[in-house]
Amino acid sequence: MKTQIINILLICISLGALSCEKEYVKPVKINYKQQAIDANLMADEEIENFIAPYKSRIEGEMKKVLSYAPQSMFKSQGKYNTAIGNMMADAVLEEATPIFKKQQNLNIDAVLLNYGGIRAGISKGDISVRTAFDIMPFENEVVVVELTYESVQKMIRYLMKKKIAHPIAGIQLQLNHDYTFKKASINGEEIKLNDQKDKHFYIATSDYLLQGGDEMSFFEDNKNVYHLDYKLRNILIDYFEKKEQILATVEKRFTVSDSF
Amino acid sequence: MKRRNFIKKTGVASSVLGFGSFSLLNSSLTKVEEDAKQITILHTNDVHSHIEAFSNTHAKYPGRGGAARRYAYINMVKKENPNTLILDAGDAFQGTPYFNFYGGELEYKLMSKMGYHASTIGNHEFDNGIENIAAQLAHADFKLLNANYNLKNTILDGLVKPYQTYEMDGVKIGVFGLGIELNGLVSKKLFKETEYIDPVDVAKDTVKKLKNEEECDLVICLSHLGFNYSGRKICDVKLAQQTRDIDLIIGGHTHTFLEKPSLIENLDFKNVLVNQVGWAGLNMGRIDFYMKKEKASKETLIEL
Repeated sequence: MKTQIINILLICISLGALSCEKEYVKPVKINYKQQAIDANLMADEEIENFIAPYKSRIEGEMKKVLSYAPQSMFKSQGKYNTAIGNMMADAVLEEATPIFKKQQNLNIDAVLLNYGGIRAGISKGDISVRTAFDIMPFENEVVVVELTYESVQKMIRYLMKKKIAHPIAGIQLQLNHDYTFKKASINGEEIKLNDQKDKHFYIATSDYLLQGGDEMSFFEDNKNVYHLDYKLRNILIDYFEKKEQILATVEKRFTVSDSF
Repeated sequence: MKRRNFIKKTGVASSVLGFGSFSLLNSSLTKVEEDAKQITILHTNDVHSHIEAFSNTHAKYPGRGGAARRYAYINMVKKENPNTLILDAGDAFQGTPYFNFYGGELEYKLMSKMGYHASTIGNHEFDNGIENIAAQLAHADFKLLNANYNLKNTILDGLVKPYQTYEMDGVKIGVFGLGIELNGLVSKKLFKETEYIDPVDVAKDTVKKLKNEEECDLVICLSHLGFNYSGRKICDVKLAQQTRDIDLIIGGHTHTFLEKPSLIENLDFKNVLVNQVGWAGLNMGRIDFYMKKEKASKETLIEL
């Protein structure tokens, strides 16, 4: 054992090595620099020319006029209901219903989207393809979720708790001045908060909310999910295309009494 | 706990004290650079279809980004050092109408034109379905790398490799990709039979292969896991801590703007560089590795 160690030492010394450690190709120095991509860099012409035809096709398509807005509508206009929210929920109900009917021979009872999902408003004037892209830049699709009476009660409680203008259609919700429950209905059928019923409802929403987005956990506890393979943005485009005008009407779907 | 890396904060040249190595005592920084082989890494993450620069009136990033300017910078660096590897950490897709109209075709064509070597699969790559990734790969001259998605029963089987090695100036570089858990983030309808495997286990196996079988001198991970989460969810920082022999993790997903790479100690108490440069092609990271045959214990000068 001892002689072995001495031998190794001798070999090392005879090789002139400073230690017996093996050598590797390794980083001896590392530098870092972050480059901001900005106007200080001259845009490469070849790349710009390559992009140009793609760009002009998009611009041509995006400025295509679909409808007209006699008045602007923004989601900040209204506490519990907004014109743009009503419009979006109505568009989903109108466009998704025939597809769901054809696919499952069933009707959609109501629509619930989320206030945060309205990504832009509509300015007075022409409504173009770009408007639809601005309102809905994401690829989310509409899904129809089959909910029990109990889950629908949870949905109503959720709306009561949040007290914001989530886009709804087919849902009526009335609260007392102290925000206690007064009355609710879905597709004309009265929903009470404390009774039990063996009834299912078909609620159209976005696949984002189905996955529990915006704390809408009642969608996760569903009986069935039907994918319509229809993007929310395309619903808007199709809806706009059919209407000569998109009116900024606010329907009182969610109300809180102001009298005592 | 022996720190094997030496972090240099100032630009002043200083001598390095190895144990008993008098020959290195007077080596200056420039000498280190002169003797070594320089490998340059350029990287982006989460470009999200930002092909054009933001408009000059944009509230947050006026006039920033754009592929044409990014390419100008790439050309500048490549002229300086032809041994440049260009990498991306995923989510090249989704964010502007360019994706909605062309499904990622232009993103991949431009990355090819710009000379990207590799990218990885971000969650948004699935936005038009896994079939679309396969279709767009026809436009890619670079490699799409992922080691922790089992793609056997998907259309991407054989199209996506776990890792790729590159040889530059005699230096062998191994690059592998890691992707985030897709359940709950991406609809199953889109990712189909893609199976997520624990990134730490996969990273350990892949790095072993890159080091022992492929004999790589540098190991780089392209990660779309996200920079740093406080919970148990795996992220780049935890990945660095729980593995060995990774030199650099180029991250994405969390759109984190790091001013410079974070140095995270790995299982061997060696520093791993973990970097991320925001999103939308606003920035490009540049890391220069000066490679030389040295003892394992030789300290690395890190100038950040």
